[in-house]
Amino acid sequence: MATEKINMPQLGESVTEGTISSWLVKVGDHVNKYDPIAEVMTDKVNAEVPSSFTGTIKELVAQEGDTIAVGELMCYVDTEGGSSSEETAESPKQSTDTTDTNEETTKDQTMKKRYSPAVLRMAQENNIDLEQVDGTGRGGRITRKDMEKIIANGGVPSPKPADKTVEKETKSTSVEVEAKPKTPTKEVQTPPVATQAGDVEIPVTGVRKAIAQNMVRSKTEIPHAWMTVEVDVTDLVTYRNSIKNDFKQKEGFSLTFFAFFVKAVAQALKEFPQLNSMWAGDKIVQKKDINLSIAVAKDQELFVPVIKHADDKTIKGIARDISELANKARTGKLTSEDMQGGTFTVNNTGSFGSIHSMGVINYPQAAILQVESIVKRPVIIKDMFAARDMVNLSLSLDHRILDGLVCGQFLARVKEILENMNEGTTSVY
Amino acid sequence: MPVMSYIQAVTAALKEEMQRDEKVFVLGEDVGKKGGVFRATDGLYDEFGEYRVLDTPLAESAIAGVGIGAAMYGMRPVAEMQFADFIMPAVNQIISEAAKLRYRSNNDWNAPITIRAPYGGGVHGALYHSQSVEAVFANQPGLKIVMPSTPYDVKGLLKAAIRDNDPVLFFEHKRAYRLLKGEVPEEDYVLPIGKADVKREGSDVTIITYGLCVHFALQAAEKLAEEGIDAHILDLRTVYPLDQEAIIEAAKKTGKVLLITEDNKEGSIIGEVAAIISENCLFDLDAPIQRLAGPDVPAMPYAPTMEKYFMINPDKVEKAIRDLAEF
Repeated sequence: MATEKINMPQLGESVTEGTISSWLVKVGDHVNKYDPIAEVMTDKVNAEVPSSFTGTIKELVAQEGDTIAVGELMCYVDTEGGSSSEETAESPKQSTDTTDTNEETTKDQTMKKRYSPAVLRMAQENNIDLEQVDGTGRGGRITRKDMEKIIANGGVPSPKPADKTVEKETKSTSVEVEAKPKTPTKEVQTPPVATQAGDVEIPVTGVRKAIAQNMVRSKTEIPHAWMTVEVDVTDLVTYRNSIKNDFKQKEGFSLTFFAFFVKAVAQALKEFPQLNSMWAGDKIVQKKDINLSIAVAKDQELFVPVIKHADDKTIKGIARDISELANKARTGKLTSEDMQGGTFTVNNTGSFGSIHSMGVINYPQAAILQVESIVKRPVIIKDMFAARDMVNLSLSLDHRILDGLVCGQFLARVKEILENMNEGTTSVY
Repeated sequence: MPVMSYIQAVTAALKEEMQRDEKVFVLGEDVGKKGGVFRATDGLYDEFGEYRVLDTPLAESAIAGVGIGAAMYGMRPVAEMQFADFIMPAVNQIISEAAKLRYRSNNDWNAPITIRAPYGGGVHGALYHSQSVEAVFANQPGLKIVMPSTPYDVKGLLKAAIRDNDPVLFFEHKRAYRLLKGEVPEEDYVLPIGKADVKREGSDVTIITYGLCVHFALQAAEKLAEEGIDAHILDLRTVYPLDQEAIIEAAKKTGKVLLITEDNKEGSIIGEVAAIISENCLFDLDAPIQRLAGPDVPAMPYAPTMEKYFMINPDKVEKAIRDLAEF
């Protein structure tokens, strides 16, 4: 059984209300559709109100003598045929409807960024960041009234001051700031990507966002050029392998090949300071300190901590730094101090098995060197084949600062240093 | 202050002006002995006699033409068109002669004539008894078009029209004649032609309209006030030339503007109002300027359902205001 309402019908064009002169039914009476249920008096007519349903009168809401407006409730009728489940089914449906609408109103933000001329003017005049304003208009639109309220309350959300500070800082001391993640002044417009069922959406946040911003900045601002040399590190491999176990035992950390490469790069940079420099718009700043950024990957994140004064350090000192920085990165303990001041980056791509890659320069440095995998390969020496440990060193350079000549000379020097590293020439201490 | 109906205010203004100035006289179809088909000139024939209350032939061109001639000769004629729909034969007299007379004669001649005409629908009058004709005359410099919305405005503005030294078209909404009642001072007063009037102060949505629609707007506004929607209502009162200053001020007040007319939408008075607002208020606008008007069909239909569809009513106004308020 379902309960239906009977409302005051429209009894004439200009009739807005009617007075119930008498009920023709009482609670419990059975009525058929169109049976008269009440006599109603209006200022124009006296009329009988017909039942809109067949059923049993459940409750007379209006009393005799009551004047009620057109459309207002007169009584309830329990109708036959309808099951009570219908009734119960109706109420939850209604409630879901309501929540749906609520959700819709709270979620619908399609008009959030459609600013009216009035809103834009008020935002400019009062320096209000519209991104931070919640709109009460349709589709989340920010209305003029919303703005008036904000201005009247004095609580003016202004553009994030942080943006400006970072911007300024970078401009004045951009060469100092180095790889510090910088909030870009302009978001890069990304076209929408169609997603299909089963696709996983991963929000871009935190470090990933900073990486993305830095990479975009580097690739859009710096004209990259590339150069690769092949280095014979057979002697170095022999030397390192001969001492690595003792070293580990004695020092407590590994003596990696990477430490030798970093040492060689630091040494060569001393001789070719052009590569240890930064682009500063109207000038190029050659850095005195040789602070080498090294790339350390951790799960989905990439850090570039810095080995400070790498030219002052022994291979052991560098190895210790690498070990410590890598540990810190993996345990999430890197401080901003650890990340700052880099002047050149050495990237250990060989650890992933890469034999050739083209690095993206760590902005605003001048170059990045990719140290690839050491691979045993047949090499011709003095017209004879020999099995040698070979490694590719791939340099990405900022062509605004550097040209092929100096980079070639630099790489040749790194190669020379590495090829002459052996037990007799090089001490790890 | 006595309460008068809209049409009683018309009669009162005519009577007082005829008493005040013997140059004022009335002419039109059935205005004399019968006192007008709507009874607007009721009692004037008895009081002022057949020489000042003239029953004319069914010839609107002649009514206007005779009136203009008399006006040029120094009289203050008040010509009645029985229905605004019937004004068409007189258009040449009104536009080509009355409107241009002062300009054409380099200020030597003028025609202080008032032409009254009941307009508008909602009275089951069908095509020839329901039209709004103001737009026909609303780009004729030299003419003034007054369309009051309250008994108080009727009396003050009709007196101003009669005393004006140039031709004034005075359109009265025939549905308002007996529907609207209001307090009207017994004493003599005039209201300025060319000035709009704020009928309700509000801060959410600005409604600019005239005539009977002012009342629909007021009714809708009262209802919406209960929901917290606060409507600002500007009554144009004079639809040509428009009170630009008041329009701009009202539009700037809320930045959301609803324009209402009972006339066909395209080419109506409110289109010009919209143009004034868009020329002057861009940086104050918070929503597109909205128009609520009759459909673009040739005239008011006779079938009650169709007439209801054509006419503006408080429900339509309420819906339009709410829509803008929520935007």
